[in-house]
Amino acid sequence: MADDWIERVVSNPKYQELKAKRSSFGWWLTLSEMVVYYGFIALVAFNKPFLATKIGSGVITLGMPLGIGVLVYTIIITNIYVRRANSVYDDLTQQVVKGALK
Amino acid sequence: MTRLFKPKSAMALIALMAVAAGVYAAGPDVGQAAKQPTNWTAIAMFAIFVSITLWITKWAASRTKSAADFYTAGGGITGFQNGLAIAGDYMSAASFLGISGLVFASGFDGLIYSIGWLVGWPIITFLMAERLRNLGKFTFADVAGYRFDQTPIRIFAACGSLAVVAFYMTAQMVGAGQLIKLLFGMDYLYAEILVGSIMMIYVLFGGMTATTWVQIIKACMLLGGATFMAFSVLMQFGFSPEAMFVKAIEVHSKKEAIMFPGGYIKDPVSAISVGMALMFGTAGLPHILMRFFTVPSAKEARKSVGWATTWIGYFYILTFIIGFGAITNLIPNPADYFVGGDIAKGLNGGGNMAAVHLSRAVGGSVFMGFISAVAFATILAVVAGLTLSGASAVSHDLYASVWRHGRVDQAQELRVSKMTTVALGVIAVTLGIAFEKENVAYMVMLAFVIAASANFPVLFMSVLWKDCTTKGAVTGGFVGLVLAIGLTVVSPAVWVAVLKHPAGSAWFPYDSAAIFSIPAAFITIWLVSLMDRGARAAIDRAGYPAQEVRSETGIGSSSASGH
Repeated sequence: MADDWIERVVSNPKYQELKAKRSSFGWWLTLSEMVVYYGFIALVAFNKPFLATKIGSGVITLGMPLGIGVLVYTIIITNIYVRRANSVYDDLTQQVVKGALK
Repeated sequence: MTRLFKPKSAMALIALMAVAAGVYAAGPDVGQAAKQPTNWTAIAMFAIFVSITLWITKWAASRTKSAADFYTAGGGITGFQNGLAIAGDYMSAASFLGISGLVFASGFDGLIYSIGWLVGWPIITFLMAERLRNLGKFTFADVAGYRFDQTPIRIFAACGSLAVVAFYMTAQMVGAGQLIKLLFGMDYLYAEILVGSIMMIYVLFGGMTATTWVQIIKACMLLGGATFMAFSVLMQFGFSPEAMFVKAIEVHSKKEAIMFPGGYIKDPVSAISVGMALMFGTAGLPHILMRFFTVPSAKEARKSVGWATTWIGYFYILTFIIGFGAITNLIPNPADYFVGGDIAKGLNGGGNMAAVHLSRAVGGSVFMGFISAVAFATILAVVAGLTLSGASAVSHDLYASVWRHGRVDQAQELRVSKMTTVALGVIAVTLGIAFEKENVAYMVMLAFVIAASANFPVLFMSVLWKDCTTKGAVTGGFVGLVLAIGLTVVSPAVWVAVLKHPAGSAWFPYDSAAIFSIPAAFITIWLVSLMDRGARAAIDRAGYPAQEVRSETGIGSSSASGH
């Protein structure tokens, strides 16, 4: 009995769709965060002169917007995921749950 | 153009020390602070904070009846509230004072450091948050051990949790004593006892509800205070960052060097290793993981982590402005802020006081009292969260699951949590006093390395890999735990700085063990699980589909509500 509904959920194509879509979205975003962060650290480690390049005629260096940019990027992609998961993926989840409880 | 820091080498040394302190210390390593004259404004502000929070504790106590109320506030916290509480848990006095102090000392390097503290949050959001909520009940062992043999996995989880709590707590308690001595002019011993007793009252009587509200209030105070400071600084320059940077370059002894990376990254291996500890350690901190069980659904869990990331990231941007504000406000007035009016001798009270001095510069002594009270409240909130997670590891994992094999009623379990809370409070105060004169700068980094190398791999593999077995998870987790502690002991942060061996004699040359201990844990879990052919391994693997369905959809998940 207990295994019955698990079987039903697993065989539901909506469930497979939810799993595939949500996890690939999550993994791509994870990868992008790692590329952005470790890319920034690699610049700091190997190419300091690039980060020290001045923007235009002012004193602000390229490193400043890039550094703040990593913080802002992190905030933005986190919220994009939350928003999408709470709408699109949650709708799918609801359909799967309904199917399971039938 | 005045020469601010006369002996260049002395300044280089101070900067190096500040960076080193920043790298190793996430904890408020204010060093050996000199006792200051009693600051009555700060004490009055703090007394108000304590009165309000104790009043809330009284209200929370009337709602804390069941074990679920005690551990998870009955699951009745909203996503927005939990986001603030997570931010309150995570933004320690170290982030505020340490990062702004690092920006004050070396500019851009402080920004690099603060970024590391944020990048763990997306990882939690994308891979862990909703799965934690769907599988968990009270502790992260509920999640990691969902389909495993309960006794070994819970013993491991309790060891991992308590190790993180012990090191994080000691660093906080020592930092608290030094900070309070400095800000309030109170004796170290009394400061320790005060922090220990107030924290115990919150947790003992108000459980998770009181702890959550203490964290929410503290987060609002900290965000509000920091926003006001950053706003005031920007206003001085007509909201032109360019003008602020020009002035900072003019007055700072390092001149234009504050605008680009300096000595923060000595070798790339250390940089990446520290980055890994911060990125994955955040997802293994028991007091943070526990917060995901306080919300009613996966949706709210995601909302909370979205809000938490937003607030924490915003806060780090503020600390960066605050650090530069400290440069432009404090350095031109050495008589008011530096030891003996001499910039070369450093800030009154040490490099981590930059933000506190700036608060006086922009808001007068009343605002400085407010910021001091916020710093104290911050430590209280963090210590309360740690104690609660330590108490739940002992009562829920060790007592109820391992010792009594789940045959225990709620009242008994609750009694054990409360006894553990008292014991942890006493231990925290004792450790704080014992380590007063010791160098504890490495301890917060060690807590993150343990969280990243022991708790995180086990959690990750048990939730996401179908072939993971009890034996694999427990062996790999312990390998990560032992390596994290072992390599840290033989690294410069402990071997040279604490054990006083000659410089350069450390066997492990890097700042953080994470780059070796994390892969070691993952590979061990993988190999041992693959080779595991026992009867238990078959049960573990067979349990995966049910676990996956629940973690992905939330069907059957604990409502966490005891009502």
